[in-house]
Amino acid sequence: MRGERSDMSEDEDGGRGGAGGGDGAGDGGTDTPVPFSDQVLENVLENVLQFLSSPQDRNAASLVCLPWYRAEAQTRRELFIGNCYAVSPRRATERFRRIRAVVLKGKPRFADFNLVPNNWGAHFQPWVSAMAAAYPWLEKLCLKRMSVADSDLSLLAHSFPNFKELSLICCEGFSTAGLAVIAEKCRHLRVLDLIEDYLEGEEDETVDWVSRFPETTTSLESLGFDCVGSAVNFEALEALVARSPALRRLRVNHHVSVEQLCRLMARAPQLTHLGTGSFGSAAAPLLQGGGCSVVDLARTFAAFKSLVCLSGFRDVAPHCLPAIYPVCANLTSLNFSFANITAEELKPVIRHCHNLQNFWVLDAVRDEGLQAVAATCKDLRELRVFPLDPTEDSEGFVSNVGLVAISQGCRKLRSILYFCQQMTNAAVVTMSKNCQDLVVFRLCIMGRRRPDHRTGEPMDEGFGAIVKNCKKLRRLAISGLLTDKAFAYIGKYGKLVRTLSVAFAGDTDLGLRYVLEGCTQLQKLEIRDSPFGDSALLSGLHRYYNMRFVWMSSCKLSLRGCKEVAQRLPRLVVEVIRDRDEDDDDEGVQKLYMYRSLAGSRNDAPSFVEIL
Amino acid sequence: MEGGGSDGSDLDNLKATELKLGLPGTGEQEKLPSILPRSSKRAILEANEGPSKRNSSEIKSVERDQKPAAKAQIVGWPPIQSYRKNSYQAMKMEAEPTGMYVKVSMDGVPYLRKIDLKVYKGYEELREALEDMFKCFSLGEISRMNESNGYEYAITYEDKDGDWMLVGDVPWEMFISSCKRMRIMKGDEARGLGSTP
Repeated sequence: MRGERSDMSEDEDGGRGGAGGGDGAGDGGTDTPVPFSDQVLENVLENVLQFLSSPQDRNAASLVCLPWYRAEAQTRRELFIGNCYAVSPRRATERFRRIRAVVLKGKPRFADFNLVPNNWGAHFQPWVSAMAAAYPWLEKLCLKRMSVADSDLSLLAHSFPNFKELSLICCEGFSTAGLAVIAEKCRHLRVLDLIEDYLEGEEDETVDWVSRFPETTTSLESLGFDCVGSAVNFEALEALVARSPALRRLRVNHHVSVEQLCRLMARAPQLTHLGTGSFGSAAAPLLQGGGCSVVDLARTFAAFKSLVCLSGFRDVAPHCLPAIYPVCANLTSLNFSFANITAEELKPVIRHCHNLQNFWVLDAVRDEGLQAVAATCKDLRELRVFPLDPTEDSEGFVSNVGLVAISQGCRKLRSILYFCQQMTNAAVVTMSKNCQDLVVFRLCIMGRRRPDHRTGEPMDEGFGAIVKNCKKLRRLAISGLLTDKAFAYIGKYGKLVRTLSVAFAGDTDLGLRYVLEGCTQLQKLEIRDSPFGDSALLSGLHRYYNMRFVWMSSCKLSLRGCKEVAQRLPRLVVEVIRDRDEDDDDEGVQKLYMYRSLAGSRNDAPSFVEIL
Repeated sequence: MEGGGSDGSDLDNLKATELKLGLPGTGEQEKLPSILPRSSKRAILEANEGPSKRNSSEIKSVERDQKPAAKAQIVGWPPIQSYRKNSYQAMKMEAEPTGMYVKVSMDGVPYLRKIDLKVYKGYEELREALEDMFKCFSLGEISRMNESNGYEYAITYEDKDGDWMLVGDVPWEMFISSCKRMRIMKGDEARGLGSTP
């Protein structure tokens, strides 16, 4: 589950610019020889700086003076690159010579929702090539929204003899063939986490990658493949689990039936994180006594003393759920977001989960289910409620009632993602007052531009209360009927907001202006289908170099306005992305993606991307 | 993308008129989730292949028809990741995810039927449904064995031990949990089962 990958979450990433910060102190690798006393200073500095871990601290240290810059560059072990196009691989590898771990992010987040055409970019290939030469001792790699080919994985496997951890999040372009090479060649592999990736060729011949792990005892600690669409060789998987004594996290895909899961669990009672796959029966329904019975399953779970995180439940048979009762009290994280269960089915489970901190669930449990959560999970930090029927006109299963209940029961809430058909200002205001610790507030009212269903008013006051009362707020996603007033509130009170997502909101350019002028910490701005035009865009010129990116689609931008931004800010890459059926001569800009960069215009832009 | 309003019914009509080898309502549904990736590129690639990729070309034609209608559909709204959307679609399409489908054969009838036992609340409903299903074949009413006179058929089932039992003896819940398949037996054979001690 995503909860523990907090270092990858959009609201907790490190540093402004990562490798790009500190550039003012000069390029890495000057030609003049270093005086002796400075050399001593650098050695001392290096010994001290190696204890600095946060990228922000490191970026700050590197700005002090040249010796500090050099010492910091020598001692940095983890490289965080929030936008793969912000800096070239060569520049990054030249400055930082001793990197052991890399985090690399690619496409803008709206790519998750099909707004970025295929083949837009974010190719891993140039990075892996550069790193293969520069970082032979690389151990960890974490990629998010990158395009990764099998050949890249192969190069990775062959170039880094000490490679230990690979996490691929929301990536695409690779297949089971690539996984096979990783399994076979990375003999010290501890972590292989595939999270929400799209594998290629799932309908074709897939490779039996699980069989490729070394025959001997492995050092695997974490293996997650719940997003892999094709079935894996179960016998090989079972044998792998049996010879991986260090395994703590296992997430299987939906092809693994509950009977098979039973067998896996018997091999690995030391697991802390378990992704249960289908949790449904392969053959006849469990009720008919085919295979593992519910009682046996419960007994198996009861043996799991260390289990803290449960996910999966892709085809869950509700009568199997009682099997997890023995572990509920220890759970801190539970992902039911693929479990189509009712409130009645949820209640007996959630009643045991006093220690739950992260809970993902489907709105099928309704307000009633959320009330049950609120009644028990007093320690809840993160809640995500996903819509079973993600369309605008579906029946709303959760409402303001559920939101208020959660706010009353879960006072320590820090992060919420809530999908609903409609909402009231009052409920949002209540949450803003009850949950003062909120850092992430994402409310998605699926009905576009829907007002407060009780008063008929815009949702301005609700979101206004959130930014006003939740003083720690860093990430905000707004929806519903919103006027410029909402943006005025955000600009006035959202001083810590780093990420803002806007859809179908606002009246005039003023709205965007308020945000660009007021939100001094703004890093990531993604806007769609809102009436903001060139003058609003131009009002943010002072802001864009301090931001990771700006995305604006289906707004009121024109080529002229975007070109002016590109002209005035030479270090900003301004991309105009066109859909296939768009007219090339059209003055209007449908999709704008702009980001600061030390690398200039990228040379791998496809034909439908115009860089101004 | 999900269809909404009139767009959805147009698609339904289109799909309904398409020729398929399988029985109506089968086949396409299982394939649908795995072939509906977030990118249309795969559908386009597969459409170039032969008739063996029937399902994907169906998808492609659905997608193509969706495109002009899709202007009314909003791309990427609500903001749910495609893989999640696809999973949810698959979950909804299996109307009863834990349905208990069992085969029903009737003596003398060339093909079998399948029914979902969970749909029925009791034996009465089941009997009515079976009568309805096989009414064009039965010469008389399919009666329960308890009635003393005049029955043409008897409804029997195979339980998990492999034995053929008469339907109606055990409580309904127990019956649906142990029934693996059913057989509507004809005349003489049936009489044998019905004899009460």
